[in-house]
Order: sequence, then C-alpha cells, then structure tokens
Amino acid sequence: MTTLIEIAYLVAAVCFILGLKQLSSPKGARNGNFIAAVGMVIALVATLPLLRFTTAGVIIIAIGVIIGAAIGSIGARMVKMTAIPQMVALFNGVGGGAAALVAVAELLSFGQHPAFAVAFPSVFSIVIGSVSFAGSMVAFAKLQELMTGTPITYPGQQIVNGILAAAILGFAIAVLAVASIPFSFISLMILALVLGVAFVLPIGGADMPVVISLLNAFTGLAVAASGFTLNNFALIVAGTLVGASGSLLTKLMSDAMGRSLGNVLFGAFGQTRAASAPAAGKEGRSVRSGTAEDIGTLLAYSQRVIIVPGYGLAVAQAQHAARELADVLEKRGVEVTYAIHPVAGRMPGHMNVLLAEANVPYEQLKEMDEVNDEFKNADVALIVGANDVVNPSARNAPGSPIYGMPILNADQAKNIVFMKRSMRPGFAGIDNDLMYDPKTLMFFGDAKDSLTKLVAAVKAA
Amino acid sequence: MSNELLNELTFFVLSIFVGIEVISKVPTILHTPLMSGTNAIHGIILVGAIVIAAGASSPVNIVLGLVAVTLATTNVVGGFVVTDRMLEMFKGRNAGRAQGAQNQVQGQPAPTKESTPTK
Repeated sequence: MTTLIEIAYLVAAVCFILGLKQLSSPKGARNGNFIAAVGMVIALVATLPLLRFTTAGVIIIAIGVIIGAAIGSIGARMVKMTAIPQMVALFNGVGGGAAALVAVAELLSFGQHPAFAVAFPSVFSIVIGSVSFAGSMVAFAKLQELMTGTPITYPGQQIVNGILAAAILGFAIAVLAVASIPFSFISLMILALVLGVAFVLPIGGADMPVVISLLNAFTGLAVAASGFTLNNFALIVAGTLVGASGSLLTKLMSDAMGRSLGNVLFGAFGQTRAASAPAAGKEGRSVRSGTAEDIGTLLAYSQRVIIVPGYGLAVAQAQHAARELADVLEKRGVEVTYAIHPVAGRMPGHMNVLLAEANVPYEQLKEMDEVNDEFKNADVALIVGANDVVNPSARNAPGSPIYGMPILNADQAKNIVFMKRSMRPGFAGIDNDLMYDPKTLMFFGDAKDSLTKLVAAVKAA
Repeated sequence: MSNELLNELTFFVLSIFVGIEVISKVPTILHTPLMSGTNAIHGIILVGAIVIAAGASSPVNIVLGLVAVTLATTNVVGGFVVTDRMLEMFKGRNAGRAQGAQNQVQGQPAPTKESTPTK
C-alpha cells in the first residue's frame, strides 16, 4: 500500500512538472494548468487510504473542503479580470496560513523536545507561512484599495523590522533548543504575522505583483518544509518546485520593470523625500486639452496609430470600446497596433489577458521591445489610462522612484493623445512630464465614455 | 542522518533545479498566469492539512484542522479556477477574431456587439 502511495505521489510530481512546463508556453498553458490540477487530485486521493480517521476528523475535513471549495470557486468565478492580482494574493495568503497551521499542529503533537529534523522545518514553515499570509493580506488590501497604495514609511521603520526579525530568531532558537511549548511557537507565529505586515507596508502598490510573486515562492517553501515535518514527498516536491520557480519568476518580473529585487523591496526607505521634493516646482504648468471631435479627426486622418493601454482602461472596463475604436480606424485604412508594456495593468501579462478577453487579435499586440522603434513613425500615440509606463522621468530624472524602468517611447510619436480621468498622478504617485509636452493633447474623462465618444467622432469625420 | 531524511533532501535539491529549469523561458505575457498556476500547486498543503485533521480529537486540533483544511482548499480550488479563467482568454488568439464567436459559449457576461454570432 505504501508503495502504491509513493508511486501515486511520483505521478503527481510528474504532473506538476509537466504542468509548469506547459504553463510557460502560450500554446499549452491552459492544458498545463489542467495537468497540474489532475496531479493535485491524484496526490489527494493517494493520501487518504493510510490515514486513521476520527469521527471529528471526517467531519472537519468535509466541512473544511466544502467551505474552502465554495469560497475558492465562487471567488475565482466572480472576480473581475481587473481584480485578478489581488485574488492571486488572497489565494496565496491562505495557502501560507494553512502551512503555518499544519506546522503548529505538528509541533503540538511532538511534545516538548522534538527531534531537530522535524522541529526545524516546522519552525521554518510557521515563520515563512505566517509572513506569507500576513504579507499577502496587506498586498490584497493595497490592490483592492482598502488602504492606500502608496508606500507607508515612518522613522525608525528599519530598526523596528530589525527588532522583529531578531525576536523571531530568538523564539525560533527557543523552540528548537530549549522547549517546544505552545507559548514559544504561538509567539513565533504572531511575530511572523506582524513582520509580514511590516514587510509589505513600505512597498508601493505598483510593485505589488513582484511582492505577491515573492510571497508565492515563500508559501511554496513553507509547504516544502511541512513536507519534511510530515515525511511527505508530494509536499516536498510540489512545494520546492513552486519555491524555486516562484523565486525565478520574481526575478524575471523585477527585471521586466528594470529594477533589482532589493530595490523593489526596500526602495521606499529614504527615497520618499527625495522623490517628492522636485515635484513642487511643476505646479502651474499648462496642458492642452482637446474635444472628442478634434481627436477623432486627428485619428481618422492618421496613417499609423499606436494605442497604449494601461490600468485605467482596465478599471473602466474599456477594452471592448478600445477594440471598437481600433475597428473603425482600421476600416478607414489606419494601421492600429497596441503597445503593451511588460507591467501594463497591474501584473506582467495582465493587459494581454484583458485585451484577449475583448477579442483583440493577438497580432496587434506588440511587446515593448518590438514596438518602441515604431513610435517615431506613428502619427498618434493614444494613451488610454496608462501613465507611469510612458513617463519620461524614468529615462531622465535620476531622483524619480521609477528611474531606470524601461518605458514605451510614446513621446516620440508625432502627436500624443493622453486619455485620463484627471491630472492625478499614476500608481507610482509621480507627476508625468509627458502631459505638459507641446505635442500632447489631453482628453479627460472615464476611459470607456471617452473611447465611445471617439468612435462616434471618427465615424463622423 | 537517517536514510529517509537523506532521500527527502535529495528530492528537495533536485526539485529546486527542476523548478528553475522548467520555467526559464517563460514569455512576459505568461507571467501572471504562471504565478497563479504555481500558486495553485502549493495548495498541495491540503494534503498536509488533511493529514493533521484526520486524527483530530482534542478541541485545539479540531479547530486547527478545520481552519487549515478550509484555507488549503480555498488555495487549491481558487488557484486552479482563477488560472483557468485567465488562460481561457488566450484561447484561439492565434486565429485572431475568427474565433470570437466560439468564445461566447463560455458564458462571459460582457460579450462585444461585434462578436455575437452572425445573424
């Protein structure tokens, strides 16, 4: 029987690896997710035969699975495509929380002096799982705008975090070397939860995807650690796969933003003041704004239009309206492409998902490297709800928080139409010089309404 | 070091390499679905949650088991479903808008006027 279970776990592990492999290529991605889900079912079913169930155990498992499945499936089905990032944060957080609780239950069962080989992974799992849980909840709150998305910093923050980390280390050693008693490991868990919150607070909303990816890798490692405690190969292999691939993914994501991971995680410290100072002199500059008719005519008589979609487009659910505008322009013989910044939307690839939802043909979506040289030949760069990804200060203002981030060269287009709700700065909270560019026409309003007006204006032109 | 621990460490180390190798060439557009997919996979902690919940008899263990199973199930089910929803959007994109009509079968509440089946 044990052998059968081990074989089932092996099959599950292969499913996870194949699933991941497929997930990283556009063709097989959906299949990959399915294969991984099959692996999950195999691992779960294989676990059951060897367990000795108490009545209470059967009941709580049934209740837990029913509630969890309901929350998970309803949450995942109902969530709007724009809110995907925070949903991923939420699902990641609960996984971390589960890993921490499993470790707590194990430590309770081992008595006061467990063997190091089981106590150490338990402690690791409690700490990392709790950090992941609390951090993910803060990330969720920031993205859901339950709290401010701007970095929260206060004097002495690093010292406080340092003390927290030291206290966690202290309690960890106490559990391992002195006595594994509930007081020690519950304290450990609470401190780790506080650290998770403190860790994510100073990180800006725009950087949340990277943080979520990192916490995703954390949860993976916590799960792997639980596998060592429970002597369960399925947990070790799956958890480690996620830990390793998640770490690499985190790096790839911060690379796409042109920043180091350290800069993303700790960049807020000491930088906030420097960044806000130069903004003061920019008050009172004037911008040009245009009417729908002006802009409609401009678009209708262009040769090449590049649409730069951003999160504002997603929030306004304007992806269908954007496609409609592209369609009427194409009917008039205007060449339309979409320039997709790697972090357009709120996560790498998020914008592609949103536009795919609106059935925008894949060939029209161009990635940054591919499209950046084309801006200088474009008659109009139509910026819809994007801001930071076209902000020239990423190129020329070393003090700016986004300095060094690769941006779309929208400023090189012959005309720039900047569609925005208001003059409010973008997610990173910084002013955008492009709005004051003499080539720029501002068009204020909700992205969906504005695009619909433009469609009518182009038809009339 | 026990034989079992050594085996576990071997699996651990090899899994690190596999994990890195297997996603090393992922294009930017798939970063979000991949993150979400790996997120679902660490929902395997449900196996651990079931192991600790199965034998629960004391009130503390019952509460711990119940919460752990609930959280882990949310992770697994939510993770896979949300990833699938995301990837569903990519379907047929190589064929461009010709596929538009087919996508409507999935019951998305916000179909575009253009893509409703031709009348």
